[in-house]
Amino acid sequence: MTQDGINAEQVRHLGKLARLELTSEEVEHYAAQLEQILSAITSISAVATQEIPPTSHPIPMENVYRDDLALPGLELADFVPGAPAFEDDRFRVPRILGEPS
Amino acid sequence: MTTLTTEYDAVIAEFDPIIGLETHIELGTNSKMFCACSAQFGGDPNTHVCPVCLGMPGSMPVVNRVAIESTIRMGLALNCSISPWCRFARKNYFYPDMPKNYQISQYDEPLCTDGFLDVTVATQDGPQVFRVEIERVHMEEDTGKLLHAGGAGRIHGATHSLVDYNRAGIPLIEVVTKPILNTGELAPEVAKAYVAELRDLMRALGVSDVRMEEGSLRCDVNVSLSRPGEEWGTRTETKNVNSLRSVERSVRTEMLRQANQLRAGERIIQETRHFNEETGDTTSGRSKEQAEDYRYFPEPDLVPIAPSQTWIQELRGTLPEVPSVRRARLRSEWGITEFDMQSLVNAGALELITASIDAGVQPTAARKWWTGELMRVANEQGCELEDLSVTPLDIAEIEGLISQGDLTDKMARSVFEGLLAGEGSVSEVVSSRGLVVVNDDASLIAAINTALSDSPDVAEKIKGGKIAAAGAIVGSVMKATQGQADAAKVRALLFELLGVKE
Amino acid sequence: MNDLTRQSAATLATAIARKEVSSEEVTQAHLDRISQVDERVHAFLYVDPQESIARAREVDQQIGRGELSSPLAGVPIALKDLLATKGLPTTCGSRILEGWRPPYNATIVEKLHAAGVVSLGKTNMDEFAMGSSTEHSGYGPTHNPWDLQRIPGGSGGGSAAAVASFESPLAIGTDTGGSIRQPAAVTGTVGVKPTYGGVSRYGIVALASSLDQAGPCARDVMDTALLHSVIAGHDPRDSTSINAPVPDFVAAALKADVRGMKIGVIKELQGEGFQAGVLERFNQSLETLTELGAEIVEVSCPNFQYALGAYYLILPSEASSNLAKFDGMRFGIREDDGKNRSVEQVMSATREKGFGAEVKRRIMLGTYALSSGYYDAYYGQAQRIRTLITRDFEAAFLQVDVLVSPTAPTTAFKIGEKLDDPLAMYLNDIATIPVNLAGNCAMSLPIGLASEDGLPVGLQIIAPAMADALLYQVGSALESALVDRWGGLLISEAPSL
Ligand SMILES: [Mg+2]
Ligand SMILES: [Zn+2]
Repeated sequence: MTQDGINAEQVRHLGKLARLELTSEEVEHYAAQLEQILSAITSISAVATQEIPPTSHPIPMENVYRDDLALPGLELADFVPGAPAFEDDRFRVPRILGEPS
Repeated sequence: MTTLTTEYDAVIAEFDPIIGLETHIELGTNSKMFCACSAQFGGDPNTHVCPVCLGMPGSMPVVNRVAIESTIRMGLALNCSISPWCRFARKNYFYPDMPKNYQISQYDEPLCTDGFLDVTVATQDGPQVFRVEIERVHMEEDTGKLLHAGGAGRIHGATHSLVDYNRAGIPLIEVVTKPILNTGELAPEVAKAYVAELRDLMRALGVSDVRMEEGSLRCDVNVSLSRPGEEWGTRTETKNVNSLRSVERSVRTEMLRQANQLRAGERIIQETRHFNEETGDTTSGRSKEQAEDYRYFPEPDLVPIAPSQTWIQELRGTLPEVPSVRRARLRSEWGITEFDMQSLVNAGALELITASIDAGVQPTAARKWWTGELMRVANEQGCELEDLSVTPLDIAEIEGLISQGDLTDKMARSVFEGLLAGEGSVSEVVSSRGLVVVNDDASLIAAINTALSDSPDVAEKIKGGKIAAAGAIVGSVMKATQGQADAAKVRALLFELLGVKE
Repeated sequence: MNDLTRQSAATLATAIARKEVSSEEVTQAHLDRISQVDERVHAFLYVDPQESIARAREVDQQIGRGELSSPLAGVPIALKDLLATKGLPTTCGSRILEGWRPPYNATIVEKLHAAGVVSLGKTNMDEFAMGSSTEHSGYGPTHNPWDLQRIPGGSGGGSAAAVASFESPLAIGTDTGGSIRQPAAVTGTVGVKPTYGGVSRYGIVALASSLDQAGPCARDVMDTALLHSVIAGHDPRDSTSINAPVPDFVAAALKADVRGMKIGVIKELQGEGFQAGVLERFNQSLETLTELGAEIVEVSCPNFQYALGAYYLILPSEASSNLAKFDGMRFGIREDDGKNRSVEQVMSATREKGFGAEVKRRIMLGTYALSSGYYDAYYGQAQRIRTLITRDFEAAFLQVDVLVSPTAPTTAFKIGEKLDDPLAMYLNDIATIPVNLAGNCAMSLPIGLASEDGLPVGLQIIAPAMADALLYQVGSALESALVDRWGGLLISEAPSL
């Protein structure tokens, strides 16, 4: 396992991936803290060897399905009041593309 | 050879193309993949939605059994192995058409793997079969639909966008091929034939009616070029190619573009490209070199899929006749050549013809209409046959009228014109265009007598045994009735009137 | 009946069923208590007295017509603000959801409604359940009724404090790494984390989907058993919900018997890092259990030492994905300065503003742990540790019927003390986390006050998956012995506020 530290550059990239507009103070702060937290939890890499199967679901279950029946869902009046912007029966969102470069 | 070669031939002489296709097809289930909302196409915006497909906090997905069965059946029809145990994964990326900002998909554990599909392409040397290897078939959910506003309706220049989540969560099957090699100049045709075959298979399985005009089949087309003996070239991925014709065109365009680039000594950038339906060009999209990091992990809100052998066998029992086998059967039933059959398939006419036959039309007549008149119109309009506003049921209705003697072939052509022009149903067109066969003997005899008295010399010739002269009289009767008389009947009546034996 | 707020839910339900008191009177008494003390405790984020009273009257009428026979009909409850409540504010303790009213109810809310349980309102919590102190709420901290300067535990500090301050006889919590049990321990109340899949997660805003589980909070074991019975059971809307009959928790609580049982003490969950007063009470409880006829044996769960590490990879990873939907596009606040910024910029600004520091820290950590190149080393490894911990439990349960440990290593700490030391805060969950990783069930119940600070100490009972009934059988046996000794519930020692 690679244990290269987390630098500000990486934190900024993670912030972009996670859609967080971090301030430069936060970037410094998280770089230090993530580093600290990650080094505290790396003890696990030594014990968990490849032949141990990973657990993704704590209680093993399989094949849970629903019948293919269509049922009525929500009315516009149920969710429009909670929407930040709504126009022409649709959710209004800001422009998709960034600044024209 | 000293003759001029086309630009395309020159590309083929220098490069080998490698293509690959990722095809997404919406399943025709009643309800969505993970919730009970209607999976019907369309509907008023945001009326087929619920907390689950709107990604409301706290809501949870539950898998549609029929969607799993459809995927397994598709996998079996594509000769795939069905995974005994696999999971859904979350594909994480932010985009406003995706309500949860992750798509429930499959990643390293697809439901079906390692299959193949044989496709036939008609060439001058006869039909040629290509085996397209299938890497995987998996399932996922569709996204909502974005409407770009405040610009030209395109994403570029838009000031904002509007989202309709009716489509969000509709089940999609994704079929991914392995790289398809050794197609040479036929690469575009093979790509098209593969997608057509896939579409026919889905329809035969009854898992989707594949309404291409509604965007229910979408292809991502990968193309790369390499010089013989060299390493595979860098590939580009043209996104959202939505018709058979566009699949073919996009491969061809991309081959030409890449060749130009390579000849100019430039390298190909690994990127996604957009296909422009109007121009047939591809334009650069987002560069894949700073690849998205999707942070896949097993979907914790769903439990694994573990199809038992019994279940798989049961589903195998429901598989219909494979399209290629079915085509062989139809070919012998209709008595046509392999080449003719292949032309029907490539033209997208086979299903329309069989549907017409199922509706009661004679095979010959069904073939005649779809490959003649209608094919000509489709070519003119640059669209697929199935996109025309004429259905197999219309053909059956028209043929019925012809066999009852209520329409002539010529009038049938006028009905097609009316249908294509959107003038309504067959009966509406017939009545609005006044297409009635003049059939009553009295009015025909009156018209014949008028014609005979207008040309007494011709009448004498016929009486004198010059049968061939009858054509002139029949012609003027047809003219007088504006083509709405049955010519054979006019001729018979004429001879009867003149007491001449044919 | 004397002060209605000092009664157990069972007592209230019986009195309401016998029409000795109405649900309206009981509900009003609790609403009054809330208006008296909640300014200082801040257990609630939202209370709607009119709505609660209207509902109580409705229940009274249903009871009057003989239409409701549920064992908790008419009793009030407080709901952690992580549960979707149709038409009522649901914030998850986050500013990003300020003003949002869900268009649907969580399954638990529907079950409670059907059982005639009356909601008093929504309780405070660490934002999106990330924290062990309720200091990380976007709406200010909750205070521990035992000492208002101290934390009530977390993330469900609001639910525990509401019960401990007699503002509500019952509350719903959710437990991802100890968020029901640790608050119960530090407030002197009882909390149960059911077997994963035993209670529907539908409508509970997900923190870490493979760890989250809702459960009951109350002042005694029987009340938790009653509440657990009402909310348990298969839900077709939750694919991870167990499709099996619900065991009789109330019968198990009534049985209250540990004779002949083997109770395991987890070697790894004592000693270093555990407060002396906590261990003292814990050891006394072991003696009590022996006196009650149980055999105490020590068992080792060697992989528990890796539980915290695995947990702090799995939780942030799943949370980073679960919290992606909070982007200001479909619900909640949107940070839009009107300057025609792009969707990416508006999403990022909304999340930056709407989320608190702890949430952002964990989203960053999870994004990192799942990113390409790190997945195997982090998330993948953590899932393997999960397997090892499950095996430790399986081996232990071959030897013993249930396991016990202190619920939390310390009593309630002071508000602000660990605010910017995430690692110190994470250590609070050291004893509770293994249960969430393995998916089995556990209960925390009060076992006395620590001698050094006079604050409540909790004992955790752990049972195998789907053996939740054992928790009630053992818990009520221990509780009744302690109550006999104390002459009443420990909570009656709490300051009157
Ligand atoms: Mg896909
Ligand atoms: Zn839905």
